[in-house]
Amino acid sequence: MSSSSEFNQEKSIIVPSWREAGAKPFVQIDQITKKFGDFTAVNSVSLDIYQNELFCLLGGSGSGKSTLLRMLAGFEKPTSGRILIDGVDMTDIQPWDRPVNMMFQSYALFPHLTVEANVAFGLRREGVKSKEVALRVAEILDMVQLGHLSKRKPHMLSGGQRQRVALARALVKRPKLLLLDEPLGALDKKLREETQFELINLQDELGITFVVVTHDQEEAMTLATRIGVMDQGGITQIAEPHQVYEYPNSRFVAEFIGNVNLFEGTVIGEERDCTTIQSAEIDGLLKVNHAISCAPSQVVSVAVRPEKIRISREKPDADANTTDGIITDYAYMGSQSIYKIALKSGKEVRVTMQNATRDISDRLTWDEPVFLSWDAGSSVVLTS
Amino acid sequence: MSNLTSSTENRTMLVRWLQSIKNINWGRALVILVPTLWLGVFFFIPFLVVFKISLAETAIAIPPYSSLLEWNPDEAYATFKITLGNYLFLFESRFYLDAYLSSIRIASISTFFALLLGFPIAYMIARSSANMRNILLALVILPFWTSFLLRVYAWMGFLKKNGVINEFLMGMGIIDEPLVMLQTDFAVYIGIVYTYLPFMILPLYTTLEKMDLTLLEAAEDLGAKPYQSFFLVTLPLAMPGIIAGCLLVFIPAVGEFVIPALLGGSDTLMIGRVLWDEFFLNRDWPMASAVAILMLIVLVGPIMFMRSRNKQEEA
Repeated sequence: MSSSSEFNQEKSIIVPSWREAGAKPFVQIDQITKKFGDFTAVNSVSLDIYQNELFCLLGGSGSGKSTLLRMLAGFEKPTSGRILIDGVDMTDIQPWDRPVNMMFQSYALFPHLTVEANVAFGLRREGVKSKEVALRVAEILDMVQLGHLSKRKPHMLSGGQRQRVALARALVKRPKLLLLDEPLGALDKKLREETQFELINLQDELGITFVVVTHDQEEAMTLATRIGVMDQGGITQIAEPHQVYEYPNSRFVAEFIGNVNLFEGTVIGEERDCTTIQSAEIDGLLKVNHAISCAPSQVVSVAVRPEKIRISREKPDADANTTDGIITDYAYMGSQSIYKIALKSGKEVRVTMQNATRDISDRLTWDEPVFLSWDAGSSVVLTS
Repeated sequence: MSNLTSSTENRTMLVRWLQSIKNINWGRALVILVPTLWLGVFFFIPFLVVFKISLAETAIAIPPYSSLLEWNPDEAYATFKITLGNYLFLFESRFYLDAYLSSIRIASISTFFALLLGFPIAYMIARSSANMRNILLALVILPFWTSFLLRVYAWMGFLKKNGVINEFLMGMGIIDEPLVMLQTDFAVYIGIVYTYLPFMILPLYTTLEKMDLTLLEAAEDLGAKPYQSFFLVTLPLAMPGIIAGCLLVFIPAVGEFVIPALLGGSDTLMIGRVLWDEFFLNRDWPMASAVAILMLIVLVGPIMFMRSRNKQEEA
């Protein structure tokens, strides 16, 4: 399997440590539970993060991802379980003694200090000599391209610049582990994309292990070496971005990450490499070319991503994975178009199509009857 | 010809003037005008009157000072008479200088203790739950519902020789003889700190309450122990509140009259008392006015300084 995104392909030449059997994890989260009164924010989570990883905790609000991050930083004490960083148990270690730094969602820059003093804050607390402080501050500020703004106060900076100061401040102490809470959340779309790649390059350059919390699945996909999808205090799936997208292990993951069409049906046959499912929703058969462990006549969902579905005016020559309906909605979005198709069963299917040509004179449009089809290899069976 | 041009010029100027009048936002002007008039009539004019009196001489008359302008009806001329004698006397006599210095010393010490006491209280209120906060704030303001004079009298009851504190300590067998507390500077400090504490707490509370607590987490995350976070983050960010609170305590404390009169001893020298004595015992209005004007000047200094500092902080 190739790497998550085309942009960090170089990395995949070396086998990443998380795929190696018996590799020693750098951060070990062991059966961590956190309760606030009656509410369980994090429920018995175990997770290993390896050196040089850029691990994303992805989840909606209230999924427990931020609480988990705060426990790594030491701001919250776990109700039970323990965290080991580089083999050291962090349970009784206070935030100011941990080899961990955090970039806060709100950046939490000290408003009364200049950019320089903000970045120097951590080094000064360590007792680094002032000559070296100045040197290291200047170095890191150059790295995030803010050298010329070192004398400014935070309120004189733009959002993007503040984000860089926060990053520089967290990086300058060269922590073993850098925690980033929604690092790109406050930036506009264009800046976010740029910063994503800068973040990846920076992480590569410095070799610091990153743990990023985000609710933005696109952000997680671009940044992460691996993603941990969180829901209701637990981790539902830990996998590389590509796997999380193409092989989600539950309806929750499939629906949370990207768009997906879910067809319900009953298993009627199972051979090696092919599971056949009868679905009333598409009024036909669904075939998935990988075996699943399920009982005959079990009710399952089949997930098909919108971009995996072909749309045509002619009836495709296939006995399964095909259906027909009428276009109810159409949106032209530049690089792609989105269609919504109503099936006879009333089920609505979402299909995206790349606009490979400029000519849209022959495009499919509202109220047209169309046929849909997809390959047996493009869908996944979900039992939970 | 020239007449014509000047008249057209006059006309255009008139038109402009009329237009400028039309452009005035009358509602806004009125809103600003009322408080401006109020301040002018009830603050600025009385200040000028006091200033005028301070330049006069005492006279056995009603009012008891010489007038500024004297109209001489026979010769048909007016004499304009001012004297700086009162001010000169202020600097000549050690007594007034001592009174000023003593006032500033007592006010400074009281302000310091009010800050020392007020900061933890304000901090505690700012960090408690929203419901608790309202109750605690109400408690801070509650003493204002009783007369100030009564509360100072109550302190006399506490501090006097056979007062509550002495009785209690002697009853417990901790002391054999009553402590002398009333009619000392100590009692004045207690009185000022007690009375003006809410003025310290409220502005401190306001700044501490709006402080972003993630800043403290950020400081801890960067390696600052809690006490370091306090001195490096909380305290600098609370500076506007500290300045406001200190001014609100220091300024009235310098001119305080009732507290030193009731709680202080005969050797507790404060400018408010000097002022009172000049006015009511000596009936020397010009001197009293000069004392008041100088006090104002003494106070304007620190206010300006603090204000400019505050502005720098904000910038």
